[in-house]
Amino acid sequence: MEWDWEFVREIMPTLLDGLRITLLATLLGSMLAAAAGLGFALLRRSKSRAVARTTGFVVEFIRGTPLLVQLYFLFYVLPELGVLLSPLTAGVVGLGLHYATYTSEVFRAGIDNTPRGQWEAAKACNLTPYQTWRHIILPQAIPPMIPALANYFVAMFKETPLLSAITVIELMSEARSVANSNYRYLEPMTLVGVLFLCISLIAVPALHLLERRFRPTR
Amino acid sequence: MADWAGYMGLMLDGALVTAKLTVLGCALALPAAFLAGLGRLSRFSAVRALSVAYIEFFRGTSIFVQLFWAYFVLPLMGVTLTPLQAGVLALGLNVGAYGAEVVRSAVQSIGREQHEACVALNLTRWQSLRHVLLPQAAVVMVPTFCNNAIELLKATSVVSLISLSDLTFQAQVVRSQTGSTAMPFLTVLVIYFAYASLISFGMKTLERRMTRGLDGLRT
Amino acid sequence: MTDTIIDIDCVTKRYGSHTVLKDLCFSVRPGEKLALIGPSGSGKTTILRTLMTLETIEGGTIRIDGENLFQMERNGRLVPADEAHLHRMRTKIGMVFQLFNLFPHKCVLDNITLAPMLTKGVKKADAERRAMELLDLVGLADKARAMPAQLSGGQKQRVAIARALALQPRIMLFDEVTSALDPELVEEVLSVMRMLGSTTDMTMLLVTHEMSFAHDFADRVLFFDRGRIVEEGPPDVLFTNPSHERTQTFLKKIIAAGQRI
Ligand SMILES: Nc1ncnc2c1ncn2[C@@H]1O[C@H](COP(=O)(O)OP(=O)(O)OP(=O)(O)O)[C@@H](O)[C@H]1O
Ligand SMILES: [Mg+2]
Repeated sequence: MEWDWEFVREIMPTLLDGLRITLLATLLGSMLAAAAGLGFALLRRSKSRAVARTTGFVVEFIRGTPLLVQLYFLFYVLPELGVLLSPLTAGVVGLGLHYATYTSEVFRAGIDNTPRGQWEAAKACNLTPYQTWRHIILPQAIPPMIPALANYFVAMFKETPLLSAITVIELMSEARSVANSNYRYLEPMTLVGVLFLCISLIAVPALHLLERRFRPTR
Repeated sequence: MADWAGYMGLMLDGALVTAKLTVLGCALALPAAFLAGLGRLSRFSAVRALSVAYIEFFRGTSIFVQLFWAYFVLPLMGVTLTPLQAGVLALGLNVGAYGAEVVRSAVQSIGREQHEACVALNLTRWQSLRHVLLPQAAVVMVPTFCNNAIELLKATSVVSLISLSDLTFQAQVVRSQTGSTAMPFLTVLVIYFAYASLISFGMKTLERRMTRGLDGLRT
Repeated sequence: MTDTIIDIDCVTKRYGSHTVLKDLCFSVRPGEKLALIGPSGSGKTTILRTLMTLETIEGGTIRIDGENLFQMERNGRLVPADEAHLHRMRTKIGMVFQLFNLFPHKCVLDNITLAPMLTKGVKKADAERRAMELLDLVGLADKARAMPAQLSGGQKQRVAIARALALQPRIMLFDEVTSALDPELVEEVLSVMRMLGSTTDMTMLLVTHEMSFAHDFADRVLFFDRGRIVEEGPPDVLFTNPSHERTQTFLKKIIAAGQRI
């Protein structure tokens, strides 16, 4: 089969439209993953053992099962419980929660790496637990984590094609629909690959930059 | 809930397909990881370049894209694969690329003094790798390989989208035939989780056996 | 040619712009026991590592048994040595490291038998018999199945010596083999070396900060400073009556630090 540039020109705008949704989903998913991951990490450190253990199990469970099935679950089961989410929202929630289980490990390690002396100093300054977290621990713990977090966001980007399975019209589903309607798979599938590779390759130096910028100084 | 047993049977069939995919995928990923990981450390720049190209390509594009490419585009080039073959190929090569980095960094983590002891004992490069460096590096690799195997297990669900009747596919079948949603998806999630737990249990056991005797406290 | 086993001729070694060995020349007779002493950073380790081919040199030549270590002849021209040449040259040399460098994943016996089996094709049973003899020699026959992590530093170092001996090298290099040990473990290693020195005709090069041991053990002592040999001679002369001022200062410092010479 010959590569057809004319066809490429024809489908490119559609694919780029899809790419926009892909990037949007990644962005929103990353924000949710960061917030929920921090939440998981804090809950796992809870003084109540029941809370800590339940969170631990939930995190393990989400991380041990496929994102695709989780997306189906959100997409098909939640409406029956009366929670109606748009496909994109369901997708973002799925991506965000799934990757939160990874980012929570990053947060946990980062928090554990904060020297003991900082906690004791905060206590000596008579700060409340909330003030300690807000002003002492997190501002120190988060910057060194940023490269590892960014790594997971790139990984999440590569999993966004799964959203096509719950009818989100992102890059992959655009490609499949133009492929199906034109009976040509070569160009759409290859272009999707190329677009992913391009963005991943851009991400590599960006990650290095982050690593240099936020390298722990301790 | 008319034919509950029948539907359960369907899902168990799917569970078998998923297990098969995971095992075959790992069977391909493991040699790929060692070839490419050691290739990156080769003395020959051509071998290094080839390994880097493989690793970056498969890590840079999504597993999903690779699977679709293997299934829809390779036939256009005269290579027709069954969904199972396409699945194993894409999963194995994708996870192999991640594994290659694990192999490389594990080998590099072995201290310089071990290399030097090998030189002083006049071992060849291959002998040093085979008898001294890899056995020590393997201990470092196992925990990360465990995570890689679980990632591979999770990624197998994607093959349902090229109509391979794995666990995820069967969940969809049951959903569309019964109209029930929570039951099939929850069942399937639990089975995946059981598989993942099995993998981590196996790897932990392996790790314990491999590290036995390595530190003086445990004998 | 026959009366030297090691010939070091005008050897220069640099790390970047830092010259560590400057036009270094000395030779060693077969069976000679040579002690290399000198202040930290003077290049003693570097010369041993170079002989073991762990480092390359920027100038000069090293001959072992009359054969060029880092170069070989091909079509009548000298070319850099290839792996096969280095492999052949290394069969003549063994080395014991400051930090033992045992293989942590192999038991004591396997540490010793590995190289003879792989590099010389010795059969397992023969390699193990020989290894047990060597373990007996260093007083560790009961530790054959122990893992390195279960041994004390002195025991580890004695295993490392047995491991190097198993290849029956003609030249043995010892780089500060006792300086990583607790003081009470030093003697057990030194006594093994003393025994080796008096019972074998191996050529031995020894870098050490144990001056009294160097005094008893060596036939000849080389005093290094800043990549050069400042002074050399029999231990009785060099230790008791050094002619060079830098040697005197060095020995004074050693005595001030509490060592006997
Ligand atoms: N890998 C290296 N890169 C750069 N410089 C090095 C390296 N190894 C050694 N050097 C330098 O070479 C010089 C000689 O080092 P060497 O280890 O031979 O000294 P030494 O006489 O063995 O000292 P010591 O008694 O402390 O062991 C030192 O100045 C050291 O800093
Ligand atoms: Mg030294």
